[in-house]
Amino acid sequence: MFAAALRRADDTLDLRREPARPQPAFGAAITARGLAKSFGPKTVLAGLDLHVPAGQSVAIVGKSGCGKSTLLRLLVGLDEPTSGSVRLGEGTGHGTARLMFQEPRLLPWRRVSANVEVGLSPAIPSAERRRLALRALGEVGLADRAGEWPAVLSGGQKQRVALGRALVSQPRLLALDEPLGALDALTRIEMQGLVERVWQAQHFTALLVTHDVGEALALADRILVLDAGRIALDLPVDVPRPRRRGDAALAALEGRIIDRLFNDHGAGI
Amino acid sequence: MMTLAGRLSSSAVGWILPVVLVGAWEAASRLGEIPPNVLPAPSGVVAAALRLGRTGELAQNIGVSTLRALSGFLVGGGIGLALGLANGLSSLSERLTDTTLQMVRNVPHLAMIPLVILWFGIDEEAKLFLVALGVFFPIYINTLHGIRGVDPHLVEMGRIYGMSPARLFWTVILPGALPSIFVGLRYALGIMWLTLIVAETISASSGIGYMAMQAREFLLVDVVVLSIVIYALLGKLADTVARLLERLSLQWHPAFQTR
Repeated sequence: MFAAALRRADDTLDLRREPARPQPAFGAAITARGLAKSFGPKTVLAGLDLHVPAGQSVAIVGKSGCGKSTLLRLLVGLDEPTSGSVRLGEGTGHGTARLMFQEPRLLPWRRVSANVEVGLSPAIPSAERRRLALRALGEVGLADRAGEWPAVLSGGQKQRVALGRALVSQPRLLALDEPLGALDALTRIEMQGLVERVWQAQHFTALLVTHDVGEALALADRILVLDAGRIALDLPVDVPRPRRRGDAALAALEGRIIDRLFNDHGAGI
Repeated sequence: MMTLAGRLSSSAVGWILPVVLVGAWEAASRLGEIPPNVLPAPSGVVAAALRLGRTGELAQNIGVSTLRALSGFLVGGGIGLALGLANGLSSLSERLTDTTLQMVRNVPHLAMIPLVILWFGIDEEAKLFLVALGVFFPIYINTLHGIRGVDPHLVEMGRIYGMSPARLFWTVILPGALPSIFVGLRYALGIMWLTLIVAETISASSGIGYMAMQAREFLLVDVVVLSIVIYALLGKLADTVARLLERLSLQWHPAFQTR
């Protein structure tokens, strides 16, 4: 009976993916049409169309207040658009889309492994939850800290636990809302490498909101520059991985993006 | 890092002053500086405790008082916790009850004693009512405050991660409010004893307060002092238990992580 329940939980939650790793088609494709969002009289997004193929990693950059976080929340389904629609690829359900925030948002009263278990459905038996949590912690390099309280971890470690929590349900879409914004420069580079590695291993669709153009170029297949609620630039990044910082092709792309961000047809900053 | 000896001596430091004071008191009594009909010597108080202990009167009175204190605390604290949770979670419930509660809160609960005696006489209900009323507000206010203080980012995270309202309450909201609820609990324990002392002194036919008032009639100063000492010890015991509970349930809190 127990085994049957376990099998059922696995089937519904798509967890029987190991040892065979998810296939490249694992990620969820996103299609948005005429997406608009207003808060009262203020229009944040003015009807944009977007298609993200399964497994692509897309960075959304733009100045503060350009609507990039709003776009992310709409795409993940956290907020309802004022008009327009968002459709995720088939096979969506619990744990399909996961969001990582700028702050780790760990529960201080739960130990590290229990915090990762927050990402799993309570319908999964607890021994199985614990096993999956430990595996996810291993993926973010914190298997040995499973029994600690979050308070004793450093900022980068906390963010890695948050990444483990987001990944433990094997999401098809991972949205990252400036997840590295509060980290110091060295920790950021380390975390960028980690995010890139897990993305390459798991093939989920990744949406990254960032104000750091260098970070966008390091991680994304495609960069969207958002300006005044519209996509001002949709730029593929055809630079092979692993990408090196200071690569000439990346530097040229960075120049184009920065130009688009700041030389805004004379509109100024 | 603290050695065992260091830890022992640091907790012993707190006892130096009481021991010195009691020693001086005993010495002053023996030397005849303090007349025994004003304040008996500590040894006299201990003798009174032994005397009353042997007849079973002491244990019975302590039992009666403790039962009153705890039942009043459970009733008042339970209602305070329930209303604090309800008003913290539902703005409708808060709009409905908070104004009334704030008005009632500003009436000192001991001012109700004449009314309580008219209502209940000097029966158990009177003491239960007063203790319950006294502990209600600190628990209510601190529970409400604790729920309000839960990090909205964590609540949003819980919602986004698909927690049901019940799971959100048990895993995010209640643990987040717990430190504040404990503050209310410890405060309420103090009020619990205070209220009981006053209530038992004014009207009772058993309990420690009654024992003290009886002793006053017969000029047994040692028993009066003994009653006061027992109140102090019971209050300290309640606070110690609360701190122990706090320490056990707030292990995660940086303030309780001693290494």
